[in-house]
Amino acid sequence: MDIQKVDQIIDKHGAEASALIQVLLEIQRENHWLPQEALARVAERLRVPASRIRHIATFYKAFSLVPKGRHEVHVCVGTACHVRGATRILDTLQDATGILPGETDAELKFSLETVNCLGCCALGPVMVVDGKTHGKLSPAAAADALKSYE
Amino acid sequence: MSDVVLHIDGKDVTVPEGTTVLEAARSVGIAVPTLCHHEKLAPYGGCRVCMVEAELRGATRLVAACTHPVEPELVVRTRSEKIDRIRRSVLELLLAHAPDSTRLRELAREYGARRDRFEPDASFCIHCGLCVRYCAEVKRKFAVGFVDRGIRKEIAFVPEIAAKECNACKECFELCPTSYLQAAFVLVESLAFPRPAETDRTEG
Repeated sequence: MDIQKVDQIIDKHGAEASALIQVLLEIQRENHWLPQEALARVAERLRVPASRIRHIATFYKAFSLVPKGRHEVHVCVGTACHVRGATRILDTLQDATGILPGETDAELKFSLETVNCLGCCALGPVMVVDGKTHGKLSPAAAADALKSYE
Repeated sequence: MSDVVLHIDGKDVTVPEGTTVLEAARSVGIAVPTLCHHEKLAPYGGCRVCMVEAELRGATRLVAACTHPVEPELVVRTRSEKIDRIRRSVLELLLAHAPDSTRLRELAREYGARRDRFEPDASFCIHCGLCVRYCAEVKRKFAVGFVDRGIRKEIAFVPEIAAKECNACKECFELCPTSYLQAAFVLVESLAFPRPAETDRTEG
């Protein structure tokens, strides 16, 4: 991520220290993760100590300090999805992407995560890819759904 | 600022408004145990060892003495069966993390806390935040901070800052209520193995 883009985001929020989390969220959204150089820039421009930024960036799960894929796959393994076969969905997705939950593939295409409930248990088993919900999945349907992402 | 009169363990105490219960008690020589308290630092309320009973208009509450401001007519009890029981449990929980801390074991003896009540999970850090807050509030270097949260929360030095500042300071080491060596270890670890990625979570 280039520093100009980081500066743009910081300027948009008036370089206010109080906008720290908004700035970090926006960098995360643009770049899918928070690189060290970007955090150093934020610390410098917002006049917030690096230790504080690190505390916040590690506290919230919305932030990542390692590169994430272009597409974020969240597989629900909550109780309802579990009894409806979420384990098999997860197995299939692990096979299809070659990564385990919490990992990102080498091409930075997919990041796989498990979540504990997405709040739409009637649609179980459910996964969300880049914010789009795929419900009532079969293992085959889940693997198919991933194929439409580049 | 006007003065407030309150009662601590049967003594009438007069202190300025805005004083904490802990400071008021100590001003008349009543000892309240603390672990995360430091005179130079803002009250934190992290360790909960300073819990006292505070009674106001007939209602009794349990409050952390180090953060609770004095109120007129407040009746404070710093020792009671209930308070001792709470401090004992708090100490037993803390001892699970730092079973060999001298400070903790002294307090444990006083309150009859057992070291083995909870399964030991010796991280040596009880999250009192003394090192973190001292570095931020007194030294204003922000070389050490907390990372992560919940059961994975721990202290870590920022390598870039620590490499420049810490060698000449190290004042946080002796503040640690559990182990002088622990802070030293974390400092060395942060300098020798700056954490690039491992702070990222791998579980769901």
